[in-house]
Amino acid sequence: MATDDDVFKALADGSRRLILDRLREAGGLALGQLCDGHDMSRQAVSKHLAILEAANLVVTVRRGREKLHFLNPVPIHDIAMRWVGRFQTKHLQALHTLKKALHGDPP
Amino acid sequence: MTATEYHYTTYIKSTPEKVWAAITNPEFAHQYWGNANFSDWKQGSRWEHRTTAGAAVITGIVRECVPPKRLVLSWAGTGDHDDPAKHSRVTFEIGLIKDMIRLHVTHDHLVAGSDMAKGISGGWPRVLSSMKSLLETGIPLDTWAGFESCCH
Repeated sequence: MATDDDVFKALADGSRRLILDRLREAGGLALGQLCDGHDMSRQAVSKHLAILEAANLVVTVRRGREKLHFLNPVPIHDIAMRWVGRFQTKHLQALHTLKKALHGDPP
Repeated sequence: MTATEYHYTTYIKSTPEKVWAAITNPEFAHQYWGNANFSDWKQGSRWEHRTTAGAAVITGIVRECVPPKRLVLSWAGTGDHDDPAKHSRVTFEIGLIKDMIRLHVTHDHLVAGSDMAKGISGGWPRVLSSMKSLLETGIPLDTWAGFESCCH
């Protein structure tokens, strides 16, 4: 069963965070699709996916012969809510939106 | 029109019956979801997702109901109830892995980029975190305020 340590360890790697970014943009990618556009080897991507799956950050669904990967943000939300109190969410969202706006990013 | 789908999994220290009740029993759901689901939970029946004030914001049809394992619902904004093309689908699967409950929620048949797809992708993690918190600690999270508004 994934612990908070598993989630933090899985997230403590830039390549794995990039994989999560890809899955956030487009869920349901197979291993081959996830390798496209990366300079990582298929083996490296596969290894990262196993770590993400063990941490419950990636959920897989079998469809025919393919194994499709989806981002599962629930463990990140569980961890965030541990430290974000009942009334802080809106203030933090406002700060986040402000920071994005100042950086010129879309909200 | 591209169809899209979301998958969410959470592991909860609980029993299948309690997790089932958390989804289908309004008194239970009000505690952690704020909103709650109302139906007689028979296949083919209508179900409604209502706010604490009693307004139905989501409605649909109970497609499959196998307590305490599997619940499949069609899911649409209240105004779209009579248009089957606008219904997406939500599947709750409750399994037991060692001494933990694995709750898997699939929301599919969504139109990519639609308001519903955008709204629910933020909503489900909040709902599932709050459910886990209530079942494991007895204390829900105050996370539903944003969910209600994103469902319209």
